Parts: sequence; C-alpha cells; structure tokens
Amino acid sequence: MSQSLDAYLLLAAGLFAIGTFGFLAKRNAIAMLMSIELMLNAVNLAIVAFALFTPSLGAQGSVIALFVMAVAAAEATVGLAIVIAIYRNRRTPLVDEYASMRE
Amino acid sequence: MSFFAEAGGHAGHGPELADPTAQLLITLLMAIPLAGFALSVILGRRLGSRPWVIAVPAIIATWLIAMFLVWQTLFVGAYGEYGITFTLYEWIPAGQFRVDANFLMDNLTAVMLIVVTTIGMLVHVYSIGYMSHDPSKWRFFAYLNLFMFSMLLLVLAGNYLLVFAAWELVGLSSYLLIGFWYHKRSAALANKKAFITNRVGDVGFALGIMALWTTVGTLNFTEVFTLIPEKVAGGELGPVLMAGICLLLFMGAMGKSAQFPLHVWLPDAMEGPTPVSALIHAATMVNAGVYLVARSSPVFAQSAGALLLIACLGAFTAILAASIALTQKDIKRVLAYSTLSQLGYMFLALGVGAWIPAIFHLVTHGFFKGLLFLGSGSVIHAVHEEQDMDRMGGLAGKIRITHLTMLIGTIAIAGIPPLAGFFSKDEILGETFKFGVYEQAFYVLFVVGMIVAGMTAFYMWRLMGKTFYGKSRVDPHVEPKIHESPWTMTLPLILLAIPSIGIGLALGWPLGDSTIKHWLEPVFHEAEVTLGRELPKVQLFGIDGILIVIAVSVATLGIVIAAALFGIGRKDGRSETVRSLTQRIPFGPALYRASFNRWYFDDLNHLLFVRFGGVVAESAAIFDRAVIDGIVNGTAKVTQGAGDRIRRIQTGKVQNYALGIAIGLIVISIVLLFVVTR
Repeated sequence: MSQSLDAYLLLAAGLFAIGTFGFLAKRNAIAMLMSIELMLNAVNLAIVAFALFTPSLGAQGSVIALFVMAVAAAEATVGLAIVIAIYRNRRTPLVDEYASMRE
Repeated sequence: MSFFAEAGGHAGHGPELADPTAQLLITLLMAIPLAGFALSVILGRRLGSRPWVIAVPAIIATWLIAMFLVWQTLFVGAYGEYGITFTLYEWIPAGQFRVDANFLMDNLTAVMLIVVTTIGMLVHVYSIGYMSHDPSKWRFFAYLNLFMFSMLLLVLAGNYLLVFAAWELVGLSSYLLIGFWYHKRSAALANKKAFITNRVGDVGFALGIMALWTTVGTLNFTEVFTLIPEKVAGGELGPVLMAGICLLLFMGAMGKSAQFPLHVWLPDAMEGPTPVSALIHAATMVNAGVYLVARSSPVFAQSAGALLLIACLGAFTAILAASIALTQKDIKRVLAYSTLSQLGYMFLALGVGAWIPAIFHLVTHGFFKGLLFLGSGSVIHAVHEEQDMDRMGGLAGKIRITHLTMLIGTIAIAGIPPLAGFFSKDEILGETFKFGVYEQAFYVLFVVGMIVAGMTAFYMWRLMGKTFYGKSRVDPHVEPKIHESPWTMTLPLILLAIPSIGIGLALGWPLGDSTIKHWLEPVFHEAEVTLGRELPKVQLFGIDGILIVIAVSVATLGIVIAAALFGIGRKDGRSETVRSLTQRIPFGPALYRASFNRWYFDDLNHLLFVRFGGVVAESAAIFDRAVIDGIVNGTAKVTQGAGDRIRRIQTGKVQNYALGIAIGLIVISIVLLFVVTR
C-alpha cells in the first residue's frame, strides 16, 4: 500500500485512458462494454483513493464506490441485453455495421 | 340599443326604437329567404321536378310580411316620420371599432321593399314556368332565394358596413345566376366580367367606408347623417375631403348600377336566364347604387361638386346607352341598354338634387322594366330560345297576352300619360330644367334628358315592331309551334302590367303634392335644406305644363318614327334597308356601326386591360420568376448546401460520437485547468 495519492490517481488515469481507447478503437460491442467497465473501475479506484486520503469523508467514499458498482452491474446487464438483441437482428457484433440511425 | 335613443335625442329628430313585433317581423323578413336558400340547397336534389315548393312559398311569405311592414310604415305611420331602428346583435366588437348588425326601417326602405318583394315574388312564380325544362332548377331557386335575402339585407341594413356585406352578397348571387348555365362559355365569361367590373367599383366603396370611419368615427346611418353636417359646419371636414368621400361611395354605386365607364358588364349579364335579368339586372340589384346615393343624401348634399359630377355621368350614361340600344338586334340587349339608360336618368335626378323623383323613377322603372324583361322571356320561350329580333316579327296575334302586356310596358317606359313612366320621367326632366336655373350651363343636362326620352320611345317601339308586328321572319320549322306561355308565366305579366299602368298615377298625382312626395319628404328633407334649392310650386298651366307637353310630344314623335320604320299592327314597316336609311343621314353608316358595336367600349377595354394589362402582367411574372423566386430559391439552395455538408458528421457510428464526447471532455478539462483556475 503506497503512501502517495498520486500513485493511485496515476493508475486510475491509466486505466481510464486504456478504457477510453478500448471504447473508441474496438469494433466489437462486447469489447466496448468491457472497456466501459474498465473506465468505471478506474473512476471507482480514484474515488476510493480520495476517500482513503481524506479522513473527513469517512465511509462515504466506499459507499459511493459501492453505488457505482451496482449501477455498473445494471448498466452491463442492460447493455449486454441490447447487444444480444441487435446481434439477433444483424448477425454481427461489430458496431460500425449499426449505422441505420444515420439518416 | 340605448345608443340610438341618444343619437335620436341628439339630432332633435330621429328614428325610434322598434317594438318587439316589428323587430321580429324585420328579422323574419330576412330569415325566411335565407332559410329557403339553405333548405333548397340541402333538399334540392330530392325534390325532383318541383324544387320550387320551398323557395316560392318562402318568398310569398316574405312578401306578405313586407306588405304588412309597408302598410305600417307608409299608411298607418306606426313607426313615426323617421322610421325605426333596432340592433339584432353586436356584429364586430373590436375595441374602438364597433359595428352592430342593426337595421333601419323608414319610408325609403318601405318604398324599396315594395319594389324588391313584389317583383321578387312575381319573378319566382314566373320562374316555375320558365325554368320547367331545366334539369338543375333546384339550384336556380336556391340562388334566387339567396338573392332575395341579400337584397332585403341591403335595403334594411342600418350601417355602411352591413350594406357593404349585402352589396357583396347580391354581387355573389348575381354572379351565380348570370353563370347559371355555366357550361355555356359566354355565360361563364359574362359572370366573370360582371364580378370583376363590380370589384372595381367596390374598391371605391370600401375606401369610402374607411374614409367615413376615419373622419366621422361611426358607420351607423343615423349617426353619420347627424355628424357629417356638424363636422362640415365646424370646419373639420373640408370640401375636398367631402367630395372625396362622396365620389368614393359613388364609385360603388357606379359599379353596381352600371354607370359609365363601369357599364360594360350589364349587357353581358343577359347571358343569365331571363327571370334573373328581370329581377336582378333590371328591377332590383342594379338599383342598389341609386338607393345608396339616395340613402346617403345628407352626405352627398354636402358636396355640390360631387353631385354635379354624378348628374353629368348619369346624363352621359343615359344618352350613351340609349344610342347603343337603337341598333342592337338581341331583344334582351335592347332592354339591357334601356336599363342602363334609365339608371342614368336616376343618377341625373340624384345629381340635380331631385331625390324623390329619382326614387319614384326607380319604383316605376322596376315595375315596367321587370314586365318588359319577363315579356321578352315569354317571347323567347314562344319562338324556341331565339333572341335575335331579325328572326321574329308578326307575333302579336299568336301570343296575345305577352303582346298586350309588353305594349303596356313600352308605352309606360316611353313616357306617355297616364302610364307609370310618364310621371316619374316628367318629374326628373322638370327638376333638371329647374336645376338649369341655378347652373346656367347645365340646361344641357335637360336637353340630353329630352333627347334620351325621344330615343327611348324610338328604340322601344323598334323592339315592338320587329318582334310583334308586320310579316313573320320566324324560322319556318318553329313557326307552327309558337304558343303562349303557361299561366305561371302570363299571370306575373298581367300582375306587373297593373302597376305599370297605375302606379305613376297612384303615387305621382297630383303633381307637386303627390303621395310619394309625402312618403319620402322626411327622408330627404335634410338634404334638400342643405342644398338650399327650395323648389318653386308646380305650375301646371305655366312652365311645368309646357315641359309636359314638350316631353310627351318628343316621346310620341319617337314612337311615330319607329312605327313608320318598323311597323304597327299588321302593317309592315318600310322595306328600306339599314344601309339606304343611314346613308341619308350625315355620318349615318359610321354612326350606325359605332352604335352597333357599342361605341367600341368592349374593344377599348380589351385593348387596355387584356392586351396592355397582359403585357404588364407578363413582365411582372418574369420579374417574379427571376428576382423574387431567385431570392427565395437561392436562400433555400444555400441552406440546403450547407446542411448537406454538415450532415456528413452525423455518421450513425456510436464510436465517432464517443470520440467527440472524449475530445470535448479533454478540451473542457484543459480550459478549466489552465484558463479558469489561473
């Protein structure tokens, strides 16, 4: 356990950057969902780190992190369900094929 | 309601409020024809061959109510000297601008009601016979009822805006009825011509109403007539403005009453069925202009200049139309030009301030011209829809009732005593002569009036001679089938012949102290005082007697010449051709051609408005397409092009959007970190 907040925040930023890159670069819808999870976890890490180094926050930081996890789980469920529904229609998981909303 | 009581009190005299019975009757008078119109339209097709079962009883009921009101107004005097008014409902409440649906029933309205409802009813009855072979006669009766409603609204309305609405309604019914046989191209063109020509006059009328509103601040007759003299006396209304208002209102009258130069529509309106010509284009609607000027007499009396112009235009129309009537071959067109000419007489009378003779002539003319038109319809019916008088002749013995009634009409219009036309025409001529005393140069108006009287007698006897007397020129195939019309047609002829004989004597005798004068004196008293032309007493054995002798001899001369040329009884006219006859008169052939071609007014209008106006319209259309449309379409093109470019960023790919969000986030973060926090 490091004694520096910077280390945690650098890790969180790195994870968030990886997640963002994955979301923007991956064509596969499942991989994009995974990237979103990565971003959410990066944020969670930052929150918990802030909570650790700010005593006045007490348990609040952990509570927020738990909320984020719950929402992330719900989001992942709905997201996967949508991906499956689209996959059944389009027979492909690749998002750049889902362009019929363009016009 | 209390409105009028105040206005009346203000003027010292004025209309009283109507009692509930009178209110109900006046409302019914308009409501019944309107209901008849609505029912005829809704049920018309289902009534089969008898669509008149709604329309005709409705008009007979209207006539009975009207006669009761006339009796109450003119004979009992139940509504006082100045008539009654009432407000049915608030029509246009728009802040300061407030117009009610109010009605004015006075002696002038009553006199108009006699003409409108009596002739209207007889024409309805006549139409049963005349239109019996027409497949869509339910439409005809529906339109006739609509016309009756509009015309009654016109004469009963108590303010200028309501008159204007009725004015347009009669115009509409006239349009519908002229074009009743719309499959005939000439009828379709004629009704458009009538409508458009009337629009020209209506623009003036509308502007006149607006001018009244801005200067006087009200449109109610009773208020306008008290406020206008006050404003003129107070110097608020200058003579130029006053003349402007009068002439604008007169423009409307010119359109509706077909005065030069807006006279071109009336002869073409004869394309409509003959009962329509009799009712609308001879006896009632075309009189609306005369009625408007007479009704507005306190306004017109304030502008002697405008009145003088009206007199000159009336006299000019009278002689112009009479000269055209001399040579026309179509029996209905002769009568149409005769109507124009007689309307010119009425405006001449109004212009010289002879308000009562003008209305008197309106009444008598309504009856005998209605009779003549219905008679011509009966003739046309008898010779199987032939209107060319060169293909008639010798009909007197075959259609006796028609011949006799038309003879009465002819003598009446020619002005031979004691028939109706003599009294009214003589009064107009007499007053015009006396007008010359005030304005020396305008003895010419009297001379024109005399010449027209002679011409009227001539062309009417020409019509009689060519139609009824001498040898028959009817198509040999039609000849054996000539028959008198059914009783529904001859009965109205007989019923109209009675007033054509007697109404002049009944209303116009004794001269100078006649019944009609007593009736209308209260209405026109104010205008007469304003003009300040107190008329000298009638001298039957002085100047008036001499005028009567001159007028009657001129009329007789006209008839004698026409009888010699065109025949009387079994005797044929002279067998001279038009060519040899006209060559003996200086400029004869040229004058004949000009008259026959209606002084080329239609050609002039064609050149001015169709050809030249067409060029203007064409260039306007080019300007419109190139410049106006160019700007509008250009704007659209630019927007579309820009949209087309920007549209590309809308890819539909979720990752592109996410990239945009990410970049936006980064930019905002940088701004927050390096700009805002510093």
